[in-house]
Amino acid sequence: MPNMSLEKMKMPEQAPDIRNKNFEEVALGYTAEMAMEEASRCLNCKHKPCVNGCPVNVRIPEFVAQVAKGDFMEAYRIITSTNALPAVCGRVCPQESQCEAQCVRGIKGEAVAIGRLERFVADWYMKNCDEMPEKPEQNGKKVAVIGSGPSSLACAGDLAKAGYAVTMFEAFHTAGGVLVYGIPEFRLPKAIVQKEIDKLSTMGVEVMTNMVIGKVLSIDEIIDDMGFDAVFIGTGAGLPSFMHIPGEALVGVYSANEYLTRINLMKAYISDYDTPLRKSKAVAVVGGGNVAMDAARCAKRMGAEKVYIVYRRSEKEMPARLEEIHHAKEEGIEFHLLRNPVKILDDGNGQVCGIECLKMELGEPDASGRRSPVPVEGSNYVIDVDTVVMSIGTSPNPLIRSTTKGLETNRKGCLVVNEETNQTTREGVYAGGDAVTGAATVILAMGAGKKAAAAIDKYLQTK
Amino acid sequence: MFRIVNKKELNSAVTLLEIEAPFVAKKAQAGQFIIFRVDEFSERVPLTIADYDREKGTVTIIFQKVGLSTNLLAAKEVGESIRDFVGPLGIATEYEGIKKVAVVGGGVGCAIAYPQAKALHKLGAQVDVIAGFRNKDIVILEDEMKAVSDNYYLMTDDGTAGEKGFVTDKLKELIEAGNQYDAVIAIGPIPMMKFVSLTTKPYGIKTIVSLNPIMIDGTGMCGCCRVTVGGETRFACVDGPDFDGHLVDFDELMNRNSIYKEQEAQMKESHVCRMEKLAHDLIQ
Repeated sequence: MPNMSLEKMKMPEQAPDIRNKNFEEVALGYTAEMAMEEASRCLNCKHKPCVNGCPVNVRIPEFVAQVAKGDFMEAYRIITSTNALPAVCGRVCPQESQCEAQCVRGIKGEAVAIGRLERFVADWYMKNCDEMPEKPEQNGKKVAVIGSGPSSLACAGDLAKAGYAVTMFEAFHTAGGVLVYGIPEFRLPKAIVQKEIDKLSTMGVEVMTNMVIGKVLSIDEIIDDMGFDAVFIGTGAGLPSFMHIPGEALVGVYSANEYLTRINLMKAYISDYDTPLRKSKAVAVVGGGNVAMDAARCAKRMGAEKVYIVYRRSEKEMPARLEEIHHAKEEGIEFHLLRNPVKILDDGNGQVCGIECLKMELGEPDASGRRSPVPVEGSNYVIDVDTVVMSIGTSPNPLIRSTTKGLETNRKGCLVVNEETNQTTREGVYAGGDAVTGAATVILAMGAGKKAAAAIDKYLQTK
Repeated sequence: MFRIVNKKELNSAVTLLEIEAPFVAKKAQAGQFIIFRVDEFSERVPLTIADYDREKGTVTIIFQKVGLSTNLLAAKEVGESIRDFVGPLGIATEYEGIKKVAVVGGGVGCAIAYPQAKALHKLGAQVDVIAGFRNKDIVILEDEMKAVSDNYYLMTDDGTAGEKGFVTDKLKELIEAGNQYDAVIAIGPIPMMKFVSLTTKPYGIKTIVSLNPIMIDGTGMCGCCRVTVGGETRFACVDGPDFDGHLVDFDELMNRNSIYKEQEAQMKESHVCRMEKLAHDLIQ
């Protein structure tokens, strides 16, 4: 008999007023008993709606059944047959809009906690029987992977398994892409990411940091001079967007990318590191996505007394994961919803001293299906802050497209690919992740990396 | 790791390092920059490339000890290595149509003005160099500059070397004397670049400045290096570092570059501790 509890098994967490002062992981993960009990809530539906909700079609009911039985090893094997990074996905996927959104248990009550179970299985494996993979037999062909974020890690992993000599080029000094510079330690411990990269290294993947492709080497040089047989471009989202309102150039205005990079990659939260960061007392983060939540929660942890989220629509339209919104509120982040900044105020010395906002009302749905905000005339008010973090999206990086002939991009500057193969408009050159889709999720990027790896394998086998 | 193969103290505050970085050396061009990180705990700091040797696979940087990172870098000796060295970044300076040019360098900015003069000289342009320093003790690259210029004018604030006066005085004098420059390239402290641009504006001479905002990645990801040029937001790392001096909002740049002044001062203090610890570790 399935466990008919209407609610998910709660996951132990650090208390909000303790965790908002440290960078340790917020959610602590299930124990084996908790995982088995939660797994027994799964009805094992014949039509498996959850699997269709997963961008990489993890065989969810199968792995959950193994967890319920206590065979965590088998559960791990089932998950990793389609998902290379379960410890990452279990932590950062927006399950409520993917697998768990389809769960039959969610109709009356809460969905099965698929994400938490995935995380449990991955963590259990890492703790109990983490063997490093062996280097597969080489097939003599070389593939270059540009970038080392989720799409690149997935692509490199699958290609390495298939026997290709893979070189991964990373622009930063540390591999991992957004998993390292963007997502904070308290949501995704960097040791987990490093472990995945170490695994790739033992499989023979060469990681070259400090290599800005498009500058130090062109795609053409990688193919013609260095003899790579195929290339995967997973360079992620690029230039941060700003609102083009007065005051954005004041001292104290950050893009979320910069703010998070200083804290996460450059470790401004650890005193041993030299990375400077503004000592903020009150911070306004503009935006409603996961990145905005991360920035706000980082600001709190860096010692800001007041942290605000300023978002122009209502909470319902926020693109952030429910859990992040929930955690942010618990940690004392104040939400100014249906508010749009119109001006950042100067204290007279070129520093931020406030943000002027306008109240908004929801009007008709726009192209994205979300109700579009309409300003309420004369409703301006000021929030006193000394720091503003703009987290309103990014546009793709121009470095590769501007230095590579024959790579078509769309109106937004995203690389155009064949949907079946993820091949770009150039033979032998594939792409995936945010460089193709614009800012999206880790799991979508991973899925694209895997798809491209399969297509590259097929292409090179026939070449 | 990137090994230091040559080191010279150009004056008490300015150091030259030649660093093994074959990939960067192969592609480097005048006007581009690199980002270095001394060790695991250091900041990422951009520096414009002073010179490169494609055959030896080395890149030369010349920098002033101003903050913690540049002090740490200057403490490195030949044979030692630094953790990271990435480049070449930014867009190389565009020389098309330049037959006669005034290259203006201010202080350590001469290190970056030098490759510009050298490249233009090699292209056959007539190159007038105006180099400005506070006093004779900090004059750098005098012989090198002379070797790649048709006329070299040395200016010092106090008159202890060359002529007494600012680079803008000499520039104005040369323009007034009838020199028809196709372009002026100005590299140095922000106020100097601002005043060179103000000097050339009435004459309508194209003025290229090389900006040095704070950066992290240098690839267009963080947006830290944004500058306002002609009323638009541009990213110095991917759109620059060269911009039209007549359009740059220099005051804004100066303000933005002051963001970590306080922390810099504190870090310099902690730097002393760290240097002592390093020395201690070495002895151990």
